[in-house]
Parts: sequence; structure tokens; C-alpha cells
Amino acid sequence: MPPDLDPTHAPAIAASRLSKIYGRGNTRVVALDEVSLTVDRGEVVALLGPSGAGKSTLLTAVGLINPPTAGQIAIGGVPVMDGDRALVDVRAFRRERLGFVFQKANLIPFLTAVQNVQIALEINDQPSRPARRRALQLLDYLGVADRADHLPAMLSGGQQQRVAVARALANRPSLILADEPTAALDSRRGRQVMELFRQVAHEQGAGVLVVTHDHRALDVFDRTVEMEDGKLRPASPPTQTPAPSPTLHGNQNES
Amino acid sequence: MNLAAQDIRHNLGRFTLTALGIGLLLMIVLGMGGIYRGMIEDALVVVDHIGTDLWVVQRGTRGPFAEISRVPANLEHRLRAVPGVASARPFVAHTIQREHRGRPLRITVQGLAWPEDKGEWIQLLAGRRLAQAHYEMIADASLGLGLGEVLRLGKDNYTVVGLTRGMVGSGGDGLAFFTVPDAQAIQFDLPGEATRLERAARRHRAQMQDLGRAQPGLLDRGAGPVSGIPALGPPLVSAVLVALAPGADAGEVVRTLDAWADVSVHSRSDQRDLLVRGLIDKARRQIGLFTVLLVIISTIIMALIIYTLTLDKVHDIALLKLMGARNRMIVGLILQQALLLGAIGYGIAYQLGSWIFPRFPRRVLITGDDLATLAIVVAAISLLASLLGIAKALRVEPNQVLA
Repeated sequence: MPPDLDPTHAPAIAASRLSKIYGRGNTRVVALDEVSLTVDRGEVVALLGPSGAGKSTLLTAVGLINPPTAGQIAIGGVPVMDGDRALVDVRAFRRERLGFVFQKANLIPFLTAVQNVQIALEINDQPSRPARRRALQLLDYLGVADRADHLPAMLSGGQQQRVAVARALANRPSLILADEPTAALDSRRGRQVMELFRQVAHEQGAGVLVVTHDHRALDVFDRTVEMEDGKLRPASPPTQTPAPSPTLHGNQNES
Repeated sequence: MNLAAQDIRHNLGRFTLTALGIGLLLMIVLGMGGIYRGMIEDALVVVDHIGTDLWVVQRGTRGPFAEISRVPANLEHRLRAVPGVASARPFVAHTIQREHRGRPLRITVQGLAWPEDKGEWIQLLAGRRLAQAHYEMIADASLGLGLGEVLRLGKDNYTVVGLTRGMVGSGGDGLAFFTVPDAQAIQFDLPGEATRLERAARRHRAQMQDLGRAQPGLLDRGAGPVSGIPALGPPLVSAVLVALAPGADAGEVVRTLDAWADVSVHSRSDQRDLLVRGLIDKARRQIGLFTVLLVIISTIIMALIIYTLTLDKVHDIALLKLMGARNRMIVGLILQQALLLGAIGYGIAYQLGSWIFPRFPRRVLITGDDLATLAIVVAAISLLASLLGIAKALRVEPNQVLA
């Protein structure tokens, strides 16, 4: 079996020649222009670029939220998209293999912190009690166990984002996608969240792709890639040497 | 984890107010059904309780509940002679309206064939049955009369000796039971001047005839009371009630009486049908249509409420879908809330109705069957109402989280 198709060694993301075109004729907008990207397991990759560069489009495409117009996507060695055609049950795949974190925490307002994590596990068919136990463990791991029974409205922005991270980690995903997760946080909290991603990636072997504008914490990432006008281009190296990374071997196919 | 329950707990005040509104609406639906049942019960109360097998009424009429029926009171003696007839008694019923304590008082006057019928079939709340031939009455509590209270009707005073409950006529007026002669006296009461004028007219007519001129005694009789004129016969009654002897062939008795040229015979079930299908049929259909409209309106309102509740959760539903939630979880969230809203509304409707309906001026009768039917209707309404919300929820795209 080729390494890329071996589930144990295959990259977290292997996206090849992804295009996304909105509209047609004069209103045609190319949001992604044959973008190829690989993120390895255990690797934390920052996706940089100005507004409108296509970062979020790429993120939602590999997150199986917004299908590309053309190109292929494999996640953890499993081919999932061929053009706009899904090759798997995308909802089940998201449930079992993907974790999402957004700029806003997007917690369900009528659930407590622990329930917001627990629901992700129950969606993935975990029984209620073990799900609650794991949810509490994750909150403890992220340092918000003492706020477990509080509603999101009673949590600070940083605490909400940690709960969102806990939710994203709940099902031990092979890929975590984060869209400007630190935008609503101060620099200290933002850095904490980024370091958390790095820790999770290295400890759990998950690939992490983070869209960010925050250049203050780029040293936390194993690698950065930049987008402009729907294309990837080589990025500047991190300003600081990151902490030792066991799985830093991603490659990047630039368009 | 039950998402519907968590959402409700979080928005308890709003959910409670919504359920209260739906409960009030359902209470009206329940009440309409109860008013209909009450109308039937009120209409049938006399027919069902008076204890008779046959109603003998004026020929060609459908009896006192449908139209004016007049038969001579002595018809009861003729009926007693028919083989198979165990007993016959006159029935008098008419409605009067008098001023009482400064308010209009409508009474459905019911004559009892005292002493055979002292009102043993009437359930008393207080007091006793009729113990003498005149000047006593048993009144329904809805008339607002007190035990021992004296009411002047016509030229006589009547004392309330017994009180009953739930005895009202098909028009909703409370019944008052008198002896037949008293009921007739109330029915045929004329002012003194009218009586004097009538007697003078009779004397005048007699004077104009040879017979009157030849027999002066007739002039005196014509100027006297009606009962003193043999040619005019005894006072009229509305119907005569016949009880059959044990083992008697009802068909044979009916065939015998049908052969009489002056009366028609109706069974008790005929009278029930007449009341249900005839007298209150239009009211029944009106209430039925109104109830159907209310159910439709309730469905629309519930659908809008469920839809609005769903719109409020579009972002959360998109998030659940993003996390990979199956459609059944999302449908369950909406459906459970709709059913819970319906169930709580139903409970509120029942509790409020149980408290309010007995205070209505007319009987509102809620039966177990009606409650079961409403429960099924509410479940159906809830399911139907949730469809709009479910359709919306299923159209929500996970990428709406990013919006």
C-alpha cells in the first residue's frame, strides 16, 4: 500500500488541485485556484493571507462543509471528495474524523460547558455517562473544569474558546481545522490556544490547520503557508524556532 | 442528553408563556366541544329522566320539544284503558319570563302528575319533593332561588320546597317543577280584566243566539269560569306520558294509538332523536364548524411558534450538522419540543377548563371521550405544526455556522 493510502501513515490532509469557483460569466469568482496542500499527522500548519485570499474557502473545502468545484481531497488516507462529488458520508466523516474551531466559540447557548463538549461525543454515538466523563477530562485538560456547569453566557471569551477546543478534540479527530480561533482573544490567551493545538497535535497525532492573521504566535506552528488570490505561495519561515515536534514533515505543493 | 429539554430549561419563561397561550387556545377548543355536549345533555335531561316509554302528543305534531302540542288532559284516562299501558300521566312544559329581584328570570315550567309523580326521579340537592297538590315547586339551582323562597307566578305564590341541579331545558333555562294544575294555572293565567272581557264576550255571543236567549242558564254559565262550561272541555296539556306494563308489546300499543285520529305517538328514542337531530342540530353544526376553525387556527399558530423557535436555533442546528449530527437528532429536537408544547398546552387547557367551565352560565360537559379525542388532535396538531420547522431545519447548511 502506498504510504499516502496507509491509514496509519497517510497525511492528515492531502488536497490536490482544489478549485472553487463561484458564479459564472462576468460574475465568475475564482476563490481557489488549483491549490494543493498536505498536512501531516502531528503537524500544526498556519494558513496565512489577506482577507479574500481564499483561506476560509480552503478550510471549509477540506472540512467537507463547502465542496470544491474541482480537485481531490483525502483525509487520513481516505479519499473523501472528487470534485464536488462526495466519496463518503460527509456528515459521518465530520462526526468521526474532524474537529472544528472558529473565530467565535459557537457554543450552543442552552447547554453548559460540559454539555457542549458532551454533545459532540453523543453525536458520535458515545453513551451519555462516559461522554460526560470524557468531556470533564477535556475541560480539566484545558483548565476550565471549574466552569463545567456554567452556560456559555457566564464564561469569558477565553474560557468559551477553550470549551470550543475541548469540543473539537472530543472525538479524537485525525484533523483539526481552526478558522481564526484567537481573533477574539488577547495575545496571551491567543497564544495559549495555539500552544494547545500544538500540544494536541503532537500528543494525539492529529493534523492541525489554522487560518490566522495573528503573526505574534507563528513560532508555535510547525509550518506556515500563505494564500493570495486563491493560490498558495511560499511563506516566510517562523520567526522563532518552534518547540520540538515529533512529526514535522509536511510538504507543500504550491500552485 | 435531551436537547429539547435543555433548550426548554434555558428558555423556561418564554416556553411557559407560549405553552400558556396554546393552552388557552386548546381550552377554547375543549370548551366548544363541552358546550355541544352540554347542549345535548340539557336537551335530553327531561326525556332521559322522566321515565316514560311513549309520548302521546297532538296529531301531526312532533311533541312539546319541537312545537306546540295540545292534547286534552282527559286523554290520560283513555290511554289507561289501552291494553299494555301500565300508567298514563299528563305532561306540561312551557317557558315563562318574570322579573325577580330586579332581573329577568326565565323558567321552564314543568308539570308533575301529582300525586302519582312527586318528582321521585329528580335528584335533590336540598329540601324535599312536592308534598301537596298546590303552591309548591322544586327549582333548579341555576334559577338562583333559595330553599323556602316564595315566588309569585300568576295569581298565586309558590314556595321553593326542593332544589335540584343540572335540570335545564333545551334553551338552557332552569327547570321548575310544579303539579300539573299549578303549571296550567301559570300557563293560562290571564289578568282579571282580560277574564272579565272574555266572559262578557261569551255572554254577548250567547245572547245573540237563539239557544242563549231560550236558555238563560247558558248565559250565566258563559259568564262564569271556563271550567264551568262543559262544551269547552277540561284544560289542555302538552302531552301524555305512557308507561308500558311489563312484557307489553310496545309495537302493538303504538299501532293501537296510531289508529286514534287525534294523537300521534313517539317513543323515547324518537324524542331523543328529535331533540338531537332537530332542535339543536343547527347549533351543533355551528359549534362543530367553529371547533374545526379553532383547530385549524391552533395548528397554524403552533406551526408559526415552532417555526419561530426553529429560526432562533438555526445557528445551533447548523453547528450540530457541522459536528456531524444526524437528521434524526435535529428532527427529534423540534418534534419533541412541539409535542411537549402540545402536551403542556393540553394540560393547561384541562386544568383551566376544569376551573372555568363550571362557572359558565350554561353547562359545559367534558367527557372522557372528548378529552381522549382532544389529546389525539393535539398530538396531530403538534406533528403537523412541527413539519414547517423540521423542513426549515433540514434545509439549514452547516456552513451557516460561519455566517
